[in-house]
Amino acid sequence: MHPWVGAGLEDRLHILSELGLKSIDELFASIPEAVCIDGLDLPPARDEDWIRRALGDMASANVSMDSIPCFLGAGVYRHVRPSIVDAVLSRAEFFTSYTPYQPEISQGTLQVIFEFQTLISRLTGLDVANASLYDGATALVEAVLFSHRVLHGKRDLAVVAETVHPMYRRVLDTYTEAAGIEVVVVPPGTNGRLDPNIVREAAGDQACCVAVQSPNFLGIVEDLPQLAAAAHDSGALAVEVVTEAVSLGLLTGGGSFGFDVVCGEAQSFGVAPGFGGPHLGFFACAPKHLRQMPGRLAGETVDEDGTRAFCLTLSTREQHIRRAKATSNICTNQGLMALAATVWLEAMGGSGLRELATSCFARTEELKRRITAVGDSWRIAYPQSPTFNEFLLIGPASGTELVEQLASDGVLAGVPTTDWGGAWPDGLLVAVTECNSARDLDAFVAALENLS
Amino acid sequence: MTIPDDLKYARSHEWIKTEGNSVVVGISHYAQDQLGEVVYVELPEVGAAFDVGDELGTLESVKAVSEFLAPVAGEVLEVNTRLEDEPNLVNDDPYGDGWLVKLSGSAEDEELLDAAGYGEFLEQESA
Repeated sequence: MHPWVGAGLEDRLHILSELGLKSIDELFASIPEAVCIDGLDLPPARDEDWIRRALGDMASANVSMDSIPCFLGAGVYRHVRPSIVDAVLSRAEFFTSYTPYQPEISQGTLQVIFEFQTLISRLTGLDVANASLYDGATALVEAVLFSHRVLHGKRDLAVVAETVHPMYRRVLDTYTEAAGIEVVVVPPGTNGRLDPNIVREAAGDQACCVAVQSPNFLGIVEDLPQLAAAAHDSGALAVEVVTEAVSLGLLTGGGSFGFDVVCGEAQSFGVAPGFGGPHLGFFACAPKHLRQMPGRLAGETVDEDGTRAFCLTLSTREQHIRRAKATSNICTNQGLMALAATVWLEAMGGSGLRELATSCFARTEELKRRITAVGDSWRIAYPQSPTFNEFLLIGPASGTELVEQLASDGVLAGVPTTDWGGAWPDGLLVAVTECNSARDLDAFVAALENLS
Repeated sequence: MTIPDDLKYARSHEWIKTEGNSVVVGISHYAQDQLGEVVYVELPEVGAAFDVGDELGTLESVKAVSEFLAPVAGEVLEVNTRLEDEPNLVNDDPYGDGWLVKLSGSAEDEELLDAAGYGEFLEQESA
């Protein structure tokens, strides 16, 4: 058999006879009949070009985020992606490689991880950042389990703000249930922000962590210094979750306010929304808790000739070495997406990231100002609370109805809050980024006026 | 491979030295050699109580992390705080400055081996 050509009929019969089987069906006989499909209703085989055109026609019926003004966010954000990101990403040396079991052979991969860690460390204000995790939701899970370990498993409560992304909380529930950790959810106050006193009360003396998101699910920036103090007063670790990583270009990461963990989703750094994945989790903590940190670390060292080199450290605590005693069940990192984020951040630079974040903030403030002039049927849910690039908008109908009505007017106006549960009004979460042009804002305001 | 005569040994490779009503615990020369260069030692809290066979702490080398176990039941009286900054003492002087913890309790336990017994045990292990 040629290695690059699939097995033909003759090869298949040969393999089956070696296995002592009569047919392919017999090979897969262990699959229950109930889950098998009895034939697919497909037209006869067509050539590649025909298929490409037919599927292209179908796909063109979709509205893409780039084809009409788009204000969708709620955890996944559209930002500029300079061409250099995909150019580096698609290099075969990076694109096809998996971290080898002798990782030091892949100096390029380790250098990327080292640079990624350095960037995350600077943005979060914490001295140690790991090589990355799968996504923001699992990063939150890891932060809660981490806190539980750091406090020796003696505190079984995890206090989590209701304004932490509801999907993240659902993922968290699937882990904490099995780990014997009880999650206590603290709703926001009437201004959409957490009240540190209520957080302190909920934590009591049994919480291993207090997890808050900033900017929170409603787009509102939390009072991080007060919340860190509330967590520490109760002897718990303070955990910050970030879903819109670009906010770290303008807002100080929680590490500088005493947070023990800053983690979250870094999709905003050069990773396309991509129907919800693959995305990129990050995790940073203080050096004193290094040995309880999930995942792995790349380190900088020198080789035997004294030349700068990179190595993999801390993987001794991962699952492939420690088995059941591993610190976490992550045993790798999200390498390719971490590369995208690294290239993106390095292309932006510190001042570029700040400019980009400032632009998101300024456009959001402009849209908020213009909406207040539209009339009484539209209002910002929490007008007094500071936001970064997202806010909750209340209109003349439910969020689900509004999204449909505004879409028919040619604007993807936001994500309805109707189905998420939670102590907030029914409306639309509206996200504004540097990708929203002045014309997009005009179209948004015009669509609201039409519905007033 | 040194195996001092005045110590007792556990099959999990800890050595035990009786000092009055307490015991000092470390890991054997063989154990540190198997681990390789120790880069971090995680020690228990003073005052914590352990049963025989409980995990006392962990030893992290450049290639692996291993637990060390309580060879006798007792309470932690003292830990070797020097290991925080000098974990290599476990390699350089496993029976001296590389000691791990001091436990209340007694080594009068028939499960423990003497030097000759531990030597035979190691031969069987490597056979």
